[in-house]
Amino acid sequence: MPDTPDPRCRPQPPHKGLPAEPYDIEAVREDFPILSRLVHERPGRLGKPLVYLDNAASAQKPRAVIDAMTRCMKLEYSNVHRGVHYLSQQTTDAYEAVRDKVQKLINAASREEIIFTHNATEAFNLVASSWGRKTLGPGDEIILSVLEHHANIVPWQLIQAEKGFAIKVIPCDDRGILDLDAYAALLGPRTKLVSVTHGSNVLGTITPVGEIIRLAHAHGVPVMIDGSQAVTHMAVDVQALDADFYVFTGHKLYGPTGIGVLYGRKKILAAMPPYQGGGDMIASVSFNGTTFREPPYRFEAGTPPIIEGIGLGAAIDYVKTLGLANICAHERTLLEYASVRLAAIEGVRLIGTAPGKAAIISFVIEGIHPHDIGMLADQMGVALRVGRHCAEPLMERFGLEATCRASFGLYNTIAEAEALVDAVLAVKEFFR
Amino acid sequence: MVQDPFGDLRDLYQEVILDHGKHPRNHRHPADATHEARGDNPLCGDRITVYLRMTTSGTVEDVAFVGRGCAISTASASLMTEVIKGKTEAEARVLFECFHDMCTKEDADSHSHGPVDEDALERLAVLAGVREFPVRVKCATLAWHTLAAAMTGGLKATTE
Repeated sequence: MPDTPDPRCRPQPPHKGLPAEPYDIEAVREDFPILSRLVHERPGRLGKPLVYLDNAASAQKPRAVIDAMTRCMKLEYSNVHRGVHYLSQQTTDAYEAVRDKVQKLINAASREEIIFTHNATEAFNLVASSWGRKTLGPGDEIILSVLEHHANIVPWQLIQAEKGFAIKVIPCDDRGILDLDAYAALLGPRTKLVSVTHGSNVLGTITPVGEIIRLAHAHGVPVMIDGSQAVTHMAVDVQALDADFYVFTGHKLYGPTGIGVLYGRKKILAAMPPYQGGGDMIASVSFNGTTFREPPYRFEAGTPPIIEGIGLGAAIDYVKTLGLANICAHERTLLEYASVRLAAIEGVRLIGTAPGKAAIISFVIEGIHPHDIGMLADQMGVALRVGRHCAEPLMERFGLEATCRASFGLYNTIAEAEALVDAVLAVKEFFR
Repeated sequence: MVQDPFGDLRDLYQEVILDHGKHPRNHRHPADATHEARGDNPLCGDRITVYLRMTTSGTVEDVAFVGRGCAISTASASLMTEVIKGKTEAEARVLFECFHDMCTKEDADSHSHGPVDEDALERLAVLAGVREFPVRVKCATLAWHTLAAAMTGGLKATTE
C-alpha cells in the first residue's frame, strides 16, 4: 500500500498569485493554543498535526478568550445584578459591557435589544414560545426555508402542535440558492412570520436576507434571522437589514459554549410575555401576582452565563481586532482554493455552489460513504463533520443521506486546504 | 519507511469488510417476505430495511436487506444475511447477543447467552474491530437491531 497517492492523480494546484494574506496567519495561529497540538498521538506512534476543518460546528478559542474567562474566575467572579458588594458590582459591569459589545457588533439601535441566551437554539425556542404562543393560531402561516438547521424548525413544530398554524417552506435550486419568486408567492395575508437562515450550515449559501426582509415587511410580516453561520464570516448590521429578530451563538464566533444572543426589535420585545420564570426577570413577586422587568431582563431568568458572557466579549474584541472584512477575505481565499482543488478530483461532487458562499464546503465521493471518509480523514489529522448536519430536510432536498463538510475558520491555511485534498485522495485510494 | 496513514484502521476495515461493503450479499427486496423492519441511524445517515421470510415454525428461510450506509454497516448487514439463513428466531437472537458483546466488550464470553453457532460467530469476528471506535458500534449493530425488530414484528428500529 503506497502511503501517498499516485502523483499523476493529483489535480494541479491553482496558479500562484493567491491574494496576499490580510493578516499574519502564523501569528494568529499562535493565538489558538489548541492548534499546535497533535492528534492520534500515543507511545510508538507519531501524532498528526491537527487540521481543524469543523469550524461551522464549533470554532476553537483564542488565548484572549481563555484568559478572560480564567481571569474572571480567578479574580473578578461573583453573581451579577443583585449584590451590593465590590465584586458583584465589578462582575456586573464587566458582564453588562458585553451587551454593549454585542450591540455594536451587530449595530443594534439599543442595548436593551440584546438578550443573552444559552445558545442559538434557545433563542429560537424563546421567540417560538413567547412571541409564537401569543401571536400564532389556526389559519396562520409562518415561512421557513429548506436550508434551515433543526434549531429553526423544531421549536416552531412544538408550538405548532399546540396552536395549529401552518409552516410553509421556501425551496432552493440545485446550487443551494433560495427561490425568491417562490418565497414571494408564499407571502400573503395569512403569513405571520418569516424565519430564515443568513447562512446555510451545510451548503454555505449566504441568503439575501435584506431582500427577504423587504418583501416580508411589504406585507407587514416580521422576520427572524439565524445568523449563526453569518456573524463569523461578515459584518452584520441589523438596522440596515431591518431585521426584527437576529440570532447567533457564541461558540462559533470563537467564544465559549453556553452563551448565545437574541436581538429583538424593541417594540416587539416590549409586547412579548416572559419565556422562563425565576429570579432576575421580575420587578416584584408576591403570592398574589408577579410583575416582570422590561426587556432584555424579562427574558433572562436565573443566574446568567456570566463567565461565558465575559468570554464572548473577549471573542468579539478578538475578531474585531482582526477585522471581519479581513477574516472574510482570508476565508474566501481558502474556500476558492479548496473548492477548485476538490472539484477537480474524479468522483468528488461539491454540494452547494452558490456564489458568495461562506467558507463551508459540503461534498460527497462517489461510492464512499461520508462516515468512512470522515473516519479515515481523521486518521490523517483532518477533522471533518460528516452526516446530516442537523438539516435533514435539506439532505432530503438533495437526495442525500449524508455529506462530508469542511468548514474553514479565520486561522486555517492553504496548507490545511492541501491536507484536506491529500486526505480525500488517500481515502479514494483506500477504497479503490 | 513511511507510515501508513490508515495503519490504525486496517483492523477495522479488513478486506472482508471492504468486499462486503462494496458488494453486499442479499441486497434485494424479496417479494415474498413475511416480516420486515426499517432501521435508522440518524448520526451517520444510515437507513436500511431488513426483509425475512419465516416458516410457521419460526425458521428464517430467506433474509435480505436494502439501503446503503457506510462500509461497516453495509458489510455487517451483508454478513448478517449470510449467517442468519436457516436459523430459528431463538438461534438468531443468541447470535445477535454474542455479536453485540463482541462489538462492545473486550472479554466477551460467547457462551453467556446459551449455545451459539461458533462458526457463524467466527465469521462475524471481522467486525470486532469496532470495539476500539465506540461511534462505529452503532454502524455494526444497526442491521441486527433491525433484524430483531423485524422478527418481533415491529416496524422500525433505531440505534438512538
